[in-house]
Amino acid sequence: MNARDSILARVREALRGGSSGHPSESETPLADGSGEVRQFLPKVPSDFAGQVALFAERSESLKTEFLSCADEAAASEQLKRLSDREGWESIAFPVDSEIRALLANVSIAKLEVSRSTVKTDLEKVSAGITGCDALIAQTGSVLLTATSGGGRALSVLPVHHVVIAAASQLVPDLPAAFELLERKYAPNFPSFMTFITGPSRTGDIERVLVLGAHGPRKLTVMMVGGQADSPEARPQ
Amino acid sequence: MPSAASNFNTDATRMVADLGHRQMVQQSLSGYQKARSSNANRFQDWESARSRAAVIKDEAIRHLDRYLEQFEEKLVARGAKVFWANDATEARAYILDLARAKQARAIVKSKTMVSEEIHLNEALEKAGFQVVESDLGEFIVQLRHEPPYHIVFPAMHLTRGQISDLFQQKLGAEATSDPEALTMTARKALRQAYLAADIGITGANFAVAETGMISITENEGNARLTSGLPKTHVVLLGIEKILPRLADLSLFLPMLATAGTGQQLTCYNSLVGGPRGAEEIDGPEEMHVILLDNGRTRLLADAEQRDALRCIRCGACLNVCPIFRNVGGHAYGTTYQGPIGSVITPHLRGLQSWQHLSQASSLCGACTETCPVKIDLHHHLLQNRRNAVAEKGSPFQQLGFKAFAFVVNRPRLFAFAIRTMKCLSPLQRLFNATPADPVWYWTKTRELPSFARKSFRDLWKQRTS
Repeated sequence: MNARDSILARVREALRGGSSGHPSESETPLADGSGEVRQFLPKVPSDFAGQVALFAERSESLKTEFLSCADEAAASEQLKRLSDREGWESIAFPVDSEIRALLANVSIAKLEVSRSTVKTDLEKVSAGITGCDALIAQTGSVLLTATSGGGRALSVLPVHHVVIAAASQLVPDLPAAFELLERKYAPNFPSFMTFITGPSRTGDIERVLVLGAHGPRKLTVMMVGGQADSPEARPQ
Repeated sequence: MPSAASNFNTDATRMVADLGHRQMVQQSLSGYQKARSSNANRFQDWESARSRAAVIKDEAIRHLDRYLEQFEEKLVARGAKVFWANDATEARAYILDLARAKQARAIVKSKTMVSEEIHLNEALEKAGFQVVESDLGEFIVQLRHEPPYHIVFPAMHLTRGQISDLFQQKLGAEATSDPEALTMTARKALRQAYLAADIGITGANFAVAETGMISITENEGNARLTSGLPKTHVVLLGIEKILPRLADLSLFLPMLATAGTGQQLTCYNSLVGGPRGAEEIDGPEEMHVILLDNGRTRLLADAEQRDALRCIRCGACLNVCPIFRNVGGHAYGTTYQGPIGSVITPHLRGLQSWQHLSQASSLCGACTETCPVKIDLHHHLLQNRRNAVAEKGSPFQQLGFKAFAFVVNRPRLFAFAIRTMKCLSPLQRLFNATPADPVWYWTKTRELPSFARKSFRDLWKQRTS
């Protein structure tokens, strides 16, 4: 018998032993565990403006830089300011993406990431710019996949990660983010999906918070469109 | 070789006397406690979340065979290879063969307790492969040739000074007392490791059956680099990591972060479901997933303690445990420390050799109260004690209990025994807490309670007459 069969056989044999009737076994129903998971998780305002405010508040406590831009022209302007402020020398973004157009004002070396990109080159750029699948108000997270994020390395290897998101991509909470993933991709999910919640960090030395442990030291999220007074900015 | 129990006694006695160490551990855990409780309070209903998490994990465990098959089927369909390992030897052999086949010059690893459990690093190094731990805490303890001190905070027992000395010695770094500078030293050293490595080895916090994906929770980004950059990604996980559905993560990710580190969500929660897809820019060419039993089915067969397989390795029970907080993580001598380690180690490595850990408990129940998946930890410690005696009690113990039963079942004899002991107690006082004390085993570390002036039986007699 191979290991697979013997492990499965042991599992089945063990489970035939049944429940002990011990109170910790939840065959005895746990009285308060029913209902929607959403109702247990941290509360999220139901209106768009409230969700933006929550995302901004979470970003601040996570040390994520959150910038709201009225439209693409403003976003383009914002990227130029960011580049000047940070003194970027080079940037990387996914090949054939709409991000190129936003970077028209930024005249520094540009690396369009494709299959032939060398990892050591990517490691040296000043910033990696990607899109995303969603922003999550509840946790201040960015949901990104190998598809939306230009592969796996672009969003983690450069020292600064900039995310460009449309306001319509803001979802209230984690259950909504998973619903979105299923709707958008199932059953052909990208091979890599990640929830990014703030810049890379560690507390491994005396529990002191240090940013930029192995991933980006800086995370900037730019939300484009969807000012609270323009309802058409939220097509859903 | 001294037994695990006598090592534990020696090490625990030494650590308890080390006041500096105790103060440091308790100080770093007090910050965790505050962050944790403020994040648990953000939940609209933390208690219901715990109950639901327990129910979901139980569902996964009750149908473990089916979910494991589903997990494998989905992963294989996307081009990953799945290998089943009965025990540590088989898991190690698979990884060694793979490293040889790939002619790996360098291997980078992110934090996985299962690799500690199977002593993977030693095996790889012995076979001539260079392995680098990439989690900062793990990197530090690897340089010190030490096991992790805590399943979540591997280097929490070290001061910045000790780490600075270590980096000076091993990496040629400058002396510093700045945790940020120390972190950057490690960052620089490890960058090269990621870029050079042929194989990346990670663990998994969850295995999603529905979609055939592993989920990795981390803060540093080292697991993303380890799983994403090398050509071959190896995942090592215990068969109990299964979750039925993808959507279950919307509950488990924030619960693991809250219970584990006091964060609402850790920095990166990544799902990996195969090697690079046909349309994708980058990612490994191969993904190998190793499903390890190594004693877990033995725990599954114990219906009374099976709920311990719900464990998500958050470390919360260690953080609140008065024993852990005083003896520290290394005294246990186990891969998994604290209450959960004391509960499961006897199942993984043998009851008689590891039951002593179940004795080292005040049974205060703080672990059970804090556990996010409601494992009945402190009762399991009690059950381990019972099982150990039932299986093979010492003759002294058995004789003692027989004598006790004989006496308490005979009221006159019992009354006589109490009176005698009461008469002899002034004599005991003379030798109290000295080696000449007949109850020295007790009094060397504790107070012996004194007899009440009147026994309950006397009082009862007075009252009814």
